[in-house]
Amino acid sequence: MTVAGIDLGGRNVHVVILKDDKVVAKAAGATGIQKAEAAGKFYDEALQQAGLKRGDVEAVVATGSSGPRVTFANGYIPDAAADARGVNRLAPSARTIIDVGGEEGRAIKINAEGRVQDFAVNEKCAAGTGTFVDTMARALEMPVEEMAKISLQSTTSIPMNAQCAVFGESEVVSLIHQKIKKLDIARAVHDAIAGRVASVTRIVGLEKDIAMIGGVAMNAGFVASLNRELGMDVIVPDDPDYVGALGAAVAASQGVLGEEVKAKVVEKETIEEGK
Amino acid sequence: MAEAKTVEFWRWPETNWVNPGIDWKSGKFVTVGVDVGSVSSQAVVMVDGKLYAYSNTRTGSDSPDSAWKAVNLALTDSDMTVDNFDYCIGTGYGRVNVPMAQQAITEIACHARGANFMYGPEVKTVLDMGGQDCKAIRCDDRGKVLKFMMNDKCAAGTGRGMEVFADLIQVPVWEIGTRSFQIEKEPPAISSTCVVFAKTEVVSLLQEGVPENDIMAAYCAAMAHRVVELLNRLGVEEKFAITGGIAKNMGVVKRLEEEVKTQSPEANWYDPEMRDKGLPFDTQIAGGIGAALFGFAMLERGKAKSARKA
Repeated sequence: MTVAGIDLGGRNVHVVILKDDKVVAKAAGATGIQKAEAAGKFYDEALQQAGLKRGDVEAVVATGSSGPRVTFANGYIPDAAADARGVNRLAPSARTIIDVGGEEGRAIKINAEGRVQDFAVNEKCAAGTGTFVDTMARALEMPVEEMAKISLQSTTSIPMNAQCAVFGESEVVSLIHQKIKKLDIARAVHDAIAGRVASVTRIVGLEKDIAMIGGVAMNAGFVASLNRELGMDVIVPDDPDYVGALGAAVAASQGVLGEEVKAKVVEKETIEEGK
Repeated sequence: MAEAKTVEFWRWPETNWVNPGIDWKSGKFVTVGVDVGSVSSQAVVMVDGKLYAYSNTRTGSDSPDSAWKAVNLALTDSDMTVDNFDYCIGTGYGRVNVPMAQQAITEIACHARGANFMYGPEVKTVLDMGGQDCKAIRCDDRGKVLKFMMNDKCAAGTGRGMEVFADLIQVPVWEIGTRSFQIEKEPPAISSTCVVFAKTEVVSLLQEGVPENDIMAAYCAAMAHRVVELLNRLGVEEKFAITGGIAKNMGVVKRLEEEVKTQSPEANWYDPEMRDKGLPFDTQIAGGIGAALFGFAMLERGKAKSARKA
């Protein structure tokens, strides 16, 4: 049986093709503006890798924030449901998932069967998402990979006051002006986003094991900060950015073409009362 | 200019003004308010509680330098020097780092007091839309703060958020309000609250070919909508006045008034004398005015001693 999972997110699309329960092809790239077209393009790229045609695939399940726009899919499941299945496949001991992508951060509590028990999501604020990391890397004038690398060499913890990505950018610039070492600033950036991500995770609870997925999971500097913040080590499966697409493909192989999960939407309280 | 320069669309012009109708030497007290904000700094010089001079400048990376820059600019066209100040009060984000000040008072107290002076004693609700924060303040008829709501954690609904947008859409920040009305039909507001996500939304609207003016309208509406949360929490009691830099952006102000179903007073002096003389009105100097007035009140009541050197 050949099935496909397509994860069409705010910024990237990931495609996984499963043949008889084995991953036979993967493809990913930026969505750009024409999101639905990007999904088709990378789907065809994955099919080509596997030497398959669209007609060979029995079911396609989409996921991701723009998942419903994948016109050629047979079904759609929410990110949380896809993440749950993907993580269950790669790290069966995981009961809590932290998924930080480009524009969202979510925490999901799952059971041993890979079904969603509870989940919380921040999709309103760039703090606590990959966008925050990218913005700060730009302020530090280095690629995200470089910022991740140097942050691991830091032994000094500097607090960042700004929670907002816009204010954080100015703060990073002012830290540079204060001649704070870039490696310490890099760590401060990762500590800040880890703090935000951890607070979303605490809403669903910190049941072991914890798996960290999504594009930001590839940032070792962030993972180190998150481990410190949570006081435990998270599991990062291989290709953590493909987990959603894998989960969607698993759903397709299970014949699941739709699922509803309810989220606790986290909106950061920004208003303070004073007298 | 011969060379091509990078245009910084967020860069609003700095200003200064001296009141030709006041002979400061014949006055009793020269009191000064220096408001060092996160984005802009103002110095307001008052002679016996009357507006004598002011400046509006951009804050640099250092608060004391920014305070000096504001004070020096305010005095550029006057023969007054810092030594002639009887009392100076620092306010704003950098208020504790104002070198020429004898005292610091929070910008919330100063904006309420300043709004009372600028718009009159009937003002009960002041919305201070600052560079990096926004505050909704309830005050009494003397401009005394009763309570306030504040957002200083998120750039949405702040001047910085508008500057980021100006840079992105490549339109000078002071033109956005006017252009936001040059539309056929009011478009839906930008749906993202977060400034960073709103940028992405704006880029895709631009790529879809949505007219720039419509996007400006959509952004102004989103900004108005964002700060309404604060006002709703506080409750709008009339009269309602807006201070700070965004108060100059009619695109935001008009849409905000529509949302709270209340009109803010026209941007002009409550004092008929000042109004008739056509003294320049700048919504950004409310904090500095409030600080200078606090200093004047203290000297008059003998609660503070003059620090005048010359």
